[in-house]
Formats: sequence, structure tokens, C-alpha cells
Amino acid sequence: MTALLLENVTKTFGKLAAVRGIDLKVDAGERVALLGHNGAGKSTSLRMVLGLTPLTSGRIDVLGHAPGSRAARALTGYLPENVAFHAALTAREQLHHFARLKSVKTALADELLERVGLGHALNRRIRTYSKGMRQRVGLAQALLGQPALALLDEPTSGLDPISRHDFYDIVDDLAKGGTAVLLSSHALTDLETRTDRIAIMSKGKLVANASLPELRAEARLPVRLEITTSPDATERISASLGGTRMNGQKLWLTCKQDEKMARLGQILALGGAVRDVDVTPASLEELYRHYSGHNLEAP
Amino acid sequence: MLSVFTIARQELLLARRNMWVATSVILMGLFTTVLTLAGDAPSGTLGVDPLLVATTSITTLSVYLVPLIGLLLSFDAISGESERGTLALSLTYPLSRGEILLGKFLAHFLVLGFAIAVGLGLAAVLVIWKHGMEDLSFAPLLKLFVTAQALGAAFLGLGYLVSAMVRQTGVASGIVIIIWLVSVVLYDLALLGALVADNGGSFTKNLFPFLLVANPADAFRLINMPDVSVPVLSSGLGAAGGASGLAGQVTSLLLWPFTTLFAAWLALRKVEP
Repeated sequence: MTALLLENVTKTFGKLAAVRGIDLKVDAGERVALLGHNGAGKSTSLRMVLGLTPLTSGRIDVLGHAPGSRAARALTGYLPENVAFHAALTAREQLHHFARLKSVKTALADELLERVGLGHALNRRIRTYSKGMRQRVGLAQALLGQPALALLDEPTSGLDPISRHDFYDIVDDLAKGGTAVLLSSHALTDLETRTDRIAIMSKGKLVANASLPELRAEARLPVRLEITTSPDATERISASLGGTRMNGQKLWLTCKQDEKMARLGQILALGGAVRDVDVTPASLEELYRHYSGHNLEAP
Repeated sequence: MLSVFTIARQELLLARRNMWVATSVILMGLFTTVLTLAGDAPSGTLGVDPLLVATTSITTLSVYLVPLIGLLLSFDAISGESERGTLALSLTYPLSRGEILLGKFLAHFLVLGFAIAVGLGLAAVLVIWKHGMEDLSFAPLLKLFVTAQALGAAFLGLGYLVSAMVRQTGVASGIVIIIWLVSVVLYDLALLGALVADNGGSFTKNLFPFLLVANPADAFRLINMPDVSVPVLSSGLGAAGGASGLAGQVTSLLLWPFTTLFAAWLALRKVEP
């Protein structure tokens, strides 16, 4: 079931084209990451889905409703970039307020605060919270009432690595419950394992939109092989295979994805002189550079 | 519709936490007490209803204080939330902008009403304490309360309008101070100057009565001080009775809150947080 659909969506601010004709679909239970450099149009796209900013042209459908309509907002959870709250309220008071606006029982708000790890600070004023704690309050309010669509803008900013891990556990649970999750992030390493699909925006256009393996295959970025040899054989192996020597017993090779097996065969044929081989496919960061660096031609 | 009360509930909590309730109550309570005690000295021997003396003093005070409190409560309502980023999040929840505005208004109206009630209550208690219950007429006090609420509502609406139209709270605070100065001080001075310059001409006869009640602060003053100053001024003027009379005063005090709130709602609909 399609939860979110963007068709040829464009947004211009005066002469500046912030979003240029993007198409994007997020299904129920799917986790999609939206990547892009600063000003690529990620936040503007999310704001259009929320109805905070009107579209210049194109169409957005949120679970069969117009973006920003009351019905769409009732089904959507949103965590804004740089989330802000009333500093004079406690986390509990703030979340109870949001729960009432969403017609969710306030007891569930307490449970959510517990779940994002704020159980010990429920009754403290948000004024005294660290950035990471505020981010958790933001996440808790986005989860209120198990939304059918969750839009998370830079959700892990300000979180330490362990908190990030916890955060993605919560996202996984959400998706398992049928929520369509669209999140934007700069923390690329997390996204590799914790999302189903990656959409990359560059200068207002969607330049990639596929799963990580598909992106790798399409980009045809080289695979890196790191070979550990016995010390005396390094020279010989380097001569026969090519590649760069890193130190006395390590060698770096790169090859195309479809040449990988043949290359591995050559390495294995060398027998005992090779002690170990590490195969590293192109990382998300390399893919991200690849996609946002190229494909920049004007429409 | 329930969202209105949810918003109002939070705003009341915030007004308490941010000391707006305390500030408003202390302002009203302090000044009414001082005025009641100060105005009480001569009245005791003159045989005038002491409560009437008190309400007259309090009316003069409220003309300055109630608009000020109204504007203080409201200037930050939209621009402040927009600046701090809390408005954008609120707008992603299933409630309309009208509900947000109405909820805030409801809360601020209650805070204002509480402050006025405390002020007038203190005045009444002081008068009763000094003179006993006999011969006191409480109708003027009630009228003062109701009309002060209307006056406050008008300036709440003005504050929201300014707050929704400008992006920065700093600018909003500057503008509301100017609005306050103009409506409670400069407007009257300007009218007085025009009266003097006109010297009983057509401005005095035809325009002045309308201009006078057009200002809600003046309408409030007129309605609560029926037998002082202004009717004396306008007694010789044919048109004055109609426009600046009770009907005009009530119309002005009713029209201002609704008009400004409606305008604020229109402005809020255009806000892109």
C-alpha cells in the first residue's frame, strides 16, 4: 500500500528552484532514507508533504489525502530538524499536550517518553535538557498514536552512537507496525544497514532512488580488495597482481564489480602466500559522492 | 473544537510559568489598591458613593493598564513561536490555525479577566471595609469589569495581528508599544489639538464624536464615566449624542475585539513557519 506519493513536485522561491520535479513513493512498512547536501531540497520536500509550504506544481498524496489536510496530519508524525519546545514546560506536560491534540491517551505519551529513554527526566523542565534529550522528546512526539507515515528530518543529529542505535531500533519497530518511514540524515553509516531504500537529492532533483545493492550495481563503483600476504611474498604478488602496496605485507587492489570473482580466483591461485583477503564494496558515502557529484546537468 | 481547549490549557500553564499571570495580577492589584485608598480620603466627608469614586479612578487607570496587559500577553503569541520553531511543529498536528488563535485568545482572556477581577475585588473589599455595605451600588463595578474585558480583548486581538504580521518578536514588541502610546495618549492629544484648531467648526460637530468612540480606549472611558468631562464637552453639539452615546460606545467595544481577531486570523493563515 502506498503511504506517500510525490509526482513531479516542484517548488520555486522566486527565481530559486528548491525542488525540481521529483517523483517519490514510500510504501507502508518501508524505510526510505533521503540524502542530499545542505540545500539539496530535503527539508523543503518534507515541509511540502506536511503542507507547511505550498507546492509550486506537481502532486502529493498522503494516504489518499491532500498534504496538510486535517486527515493527512492526523496520520502523520513529524520530527523537524532542530526541534523546539516550550522550555518552561516539562517533557511530560509537553508530550501530554501533543497527545491531546492527536486524540491519543496521555498514558501512552508517558510510555513513549519511557521508550525513548527519558523516564528519569519526565518532570524536569525542557529548559534543562541537552540537545540529545530534546531530540528524544521530538522523536517521542513523532511516534504518538503509531502514525501511518513518519517524516523524520535529521533524526539522529545530537545523538551519540548508542542512542543512534536505539533510535534505529525504534524506527524498525515502527516499520514493522506498518508505518512508512521517510527520514533524512547525514549519518551515512547508520543508513546502510537500517533502511530499505535510499533516495539521493542534489540541487533539487532526485538523482538516485533504489536499494543499496541496486545503487551499487548501477553506479559500477570499484570494489576494493585488501590482501594480506606473508612478508617475503609481497613483492612477488604485487608484481603479478598489480595494485598498491600499503606496507610490508598489505596490498590494495580495486576492480569492477563484475570482475570481482575473476580477481578473487587469481588471488586464491597464489596459494599459501596469501594470508587474508578483505572485500569491501563501495560504501554509501562513495555512492553518495558518486550520485550527488554527477548527474548535475540542468533540467 | 477540543483542540481550542487543549491550546488554551497549555497557554494558561505557560502564562503561569512565565509569570504573566503574576505580573498582570500584581499590576492591577497594586494600582487599584493605591487609587482606592488615595481617592477615598475626600469622598468620606462629601457624601458621594465611595464605590463610584473608586470606579472612576480605576477607569482612568484601566485605560492605560488593560491595553498594556493585553498587548504584553499577545505580542509574542505568533512571532515568538514562529521564531523559536514551536509553531511549525504545532501546525503539523490535526488542528486549524483558527483553533490555535482561539485557544490562545481564550487563555489570555482568562488571565486578563482574572487580573481585572482581582483588582476590582480588592477595590470593593477596601471600600466595604471602610464604609460598610450600605448605600453601595455595585452596578458600575460590574460594568467596569465587563467593558475592561472587552477593551482588553480588543488589544489582545491587535497584539495577535501584529504578531502574525511580523517575523521577529523584537519588531512586534516595538510596534505594540507604539500602538499603546498612540491609542491611550497620542490619539486623545491629537483630537484635542484638532478641536482647539477647529474652534467649533464642522470637524467638532460632525467628525469628532465618531473619531472619539472609534478608539476603544475612549469608548471605554466614556461608558464608565457617564457624567464627567466628555458629555460636558459634547453637550452643545447636536450630532455628538448619537455617535458618542451609549450605542456608539458599545458598538466600538464589541466591534474592536471581533475585527482585530478576524484580521489576526487572516494574517495567521498567511504565515509560513
